[in-house]
Amino acid sequence: MRRIKSAKDLEQWKATILKKQGTHEMVVSVCGGTGCQAYDCQKVKMTLQKELGRHGLTKRVALKVTGCPGFCERGPLVTIYPQNIFYQKVTPEDVPEIVSKTIQNGTKVERLLFEDSRNKQKITSASEIPFYRPQMRLLLSRNDLIDPNRIEDYIAIGGYQSLVKALFQMDPDGIIEEIKASGLRGRGGAGYPTGKKWEECKRESGTTKYVICNCDEGDPGAFMDRALMEGNPHSVLEGMLIGAYAIGADHGFIYIRHEYPLAYKNAEIAIQQAKRAGLLGQNILGSGFNFEVEITKGGGAFVCGESTALIASIEGRVGEPRSKQIRTVKQGLWRKPTTLNNVETWANVPLIIEKGSQWFSSIGTEKSKGTKIFSLVGKVKNTGLVEVPMGITLKEIIYDIGGGQQDGRKIKAVQTGGPSGGCIPASLFDLPVDFDSLTEVGSMMGSGGMIVMDEGTCMVDVAKYFVHFLEEESCGKCLPCREGLKRMGQILDRITEGNGNEESLLLLEELAQVVGDTSLCGLGKTASNPVLSALRYFRPEFEAHIRQKRCPAGVCTPLIQYSISEDCTGCGACAKICPTQAIEGEKKKIHRILVEFCSKCGSCKEVCKEEAVIVQ
Amino acid sequence: MKRETVNITIDGRLLEVEKGSTILQAGREFGIHIPTMCFMEHLTPYGGCRICVVEISQNGSKPFIDTACTYEVREGLLVQTQTPKIIHARKMLAELLVASAPNVKLAQDIAARFGLLKVRFPMEDNRCILCGLCIRMCYEQMDGRALGFVGRGTGRKISMPFNGRPETCRLCRGCDFVCPGLIVPCHGVKDPGELCGKCVRLEEMPNCCEFGTFGCFCDQNPL
Repeated sequence: MRRIKSAKDLEQWKATILKKQGTHEMVVSVCGGTGCQAYDCQKVKMTLQKELGRHGLTKRVALKVTGCPGFCERGPLVTIYPQNIFYQKVTPEDVPEIVSKTIQNGTKVERLLFEDSRNKQKITSASEIPFYRPQMRLLLSRNDLIDPNRIEDYIAIGGYQSLVKALFQMDPDGIIEEIKASGLRGRGGAGYPTGKKWEECKRESGTTKYVICNCDEGDPGAFMDRALMEGNPHSVLEGMLIGAYAIGADHGFIYIRHEYPLAYKNAEIAIQQAKRAGLLGQNILGSGFNFEVEITKGGGAFVCGESTALIASIEGRVGEPRSKQIRTVKQGLWRKPTTLNNVETWANVPLIIEKGSQWFSSIGTEKSKGTKIFSLVGKVKNTGLVEVPMGITLKEIIYDIGGGQQDGRKIKAVQTGGPSGGCIPASLFDLPVDFDSLTEVGSMMGSGGMIVMDEGTCMVDVAKYFVHFLEEESCGKCLPCREGLKRMGQILDRITEGNGNEESLLLLEELAQVVGDTSLCGLGKTASNPVLSALRYFRPEFEAHIRQKRCPAGVCTPLIQYSISEDCTGCGACAKICPTQAIEGEKKKIHRILVEFCSKCGSCKEVCKEEAVIVQ
Repeated sequence: MKRETVNITIDGRLLEVEKGSTILQAGREFGIHIPTMCFMEHLTPYGGCRICVVEISQNGSKPFIDTACTYEVREGLLVQTQTPKIIHARKMLAELLVASAPNVKLAQDIAARFGLLKVRFPMEDNRCILCGLCIRMCYEQMDGRALGFVGRGTGRKISMPFNGRPETCRLCRGCDFVCPGLIVPCHGVKDPGELCGKCVRLEEMPNCCEFGTFGCFCDQNPL
């Protein structure tokens, strides 16, 4: 690897890399994200390597392990360029066929192509797939093209050019003006204008300033930051470099949660490579600007995603938040002015510098600009990471991109913003997705988790899950969060066990309000959102639990009963699987569940082919 | 030297207060009562109990709630200490507090002061209310650094490092001097949900020390 000393050097290096890449006729890229690794993409890659070697294709065909393209549900994903053939659910056994058919003869392997469930048509290229078509993949599209462990790949697609532009064609104030004009808002959840934050930090006196990248993404079901950090760490580094240059910082930290080993590894490799190339360190590109980045690993505390707790954690103290009257841009890390932004925010910065604020602000709504990555999970056909322009409706995300309901049960709500967000009912699905409209209906954008729920989901159970999650993750410093969440959990436990009454519902609402009003940090302040929004839109479900002692979704075990309907063919499969021998009946006659022995595990419902097991 | 001052309004009264003081200090200087629990003069404000919450607005902003003990005064601050929302919130906090530690006198006192008549949560019997006074006393006043919080959330408790007495502890008893849990506790509450109000009954000293073999005046005390 060469050491870059000027902007011209970088240009030359890029040309060399492109020339070298041009010698390959084809590129086979295998997704190496955490999702696909769980599907054993490593084996697919190894087999591909072996198979290409066996056919003597290694010189003509380049094999690349890329970051996550987002369609995690269909992994492992393999894409072949330049034909742009997108194969999904690839197993090592499929590899010889891919090599002999597609790579050698240029024909497609039909069964590995994506099939549109609506018209049963096979789709060749990724961009034609309904999951990808409505998306606007400004950030994620780069994940498909580069190997995160090779800085050359990032340079080849124009990486670090924004840094050159920022260092040599703009001054710090100009950069901040550009970011302000773009209307970029913090992607971590609160949506604070990024340019304004930088300006406030720059205005502070003192020579030592810090920038921090927050990659402590802990929301259940959310993995946007992980995909970016794993798939394209250099874009985050470039964003941090530009930000640091703008505010006058010379030291940065990336805080990565302990549960993201691959993100940690890739970020570390990226920093090493950038250092060796001279893009980090002293006198970057001969501009006189110095910048160092360090990685700090989280210790597994959700609350450390909160800025002041995160800073405490980097300093080596217990990750507990403090009062935010004095903001971190004034007194942050080691009491020095600090700019803390989310991974996605940093990754957006090079794009804005490259293409200009006008281009960026033309995307999105009046107050929320650009695109946002959501992790669409739950009861929809297509799950994974989706990047959409702000202002798209929930309906488009859930029905067009997500493909709608999974198995015949109607979608009733979507939970956005993780444990700090709320549930939005299907009646509000025409809502445009941006920072302000989601807050208006009692939820929030959060970092971008989006959990779709259908009629088989009990809203009381969901509220209970989130309250217990937060109860466990609360740091315990302040009384309303520590004690209040515990009590809210107890009340919800009682309701789902059938011991709730009208009073407990009122107490729950009252308590949730106080916890939200008086808690110290963002965790407690938003902790009541799941409960309050569930009460606001799904009160009848709570009342059914209390008045009729019934769980309409059939989830809360103490309130449901299993029985067998007349559709039973008497196959005996249920009786065989029942762990408590609670099912009796003669062969080929309708079986019966003995209620006193039934442990309500649901195994019988799962095995019954006639769907004769009913939950009431 | 003339001291620097700022003008703030607390409960409609225009006050000229010292720059750098907190809302709580400013209020107390002028006789405006703001209840506290985890606050103690000469120790760093902690902002953990949230009993001292007040409604604050600045430059006509929407009022927000924050703790008086940690919020520093600024020119033109508008503070309300007795709005219905605040009173209601404090009452709920007192209810949470007394439900968790009904036998701590301070918890009972706070509940009594807010006119709490019934607790709607199942009663527990914690001796420690996690106010953190002992930790701050040890660290800031005695330079002991022998105490700290361990655990998280509901599992949080106060402990010495690795559950043993470190050399930095000089058995100065600063911690039990400030501990509200060691003030003669209330023996009145027997039934869940009951509040007694008859706090001062000097019948017996309980075996109440949080730290086992050191510190307080219970029979396990090595001193």
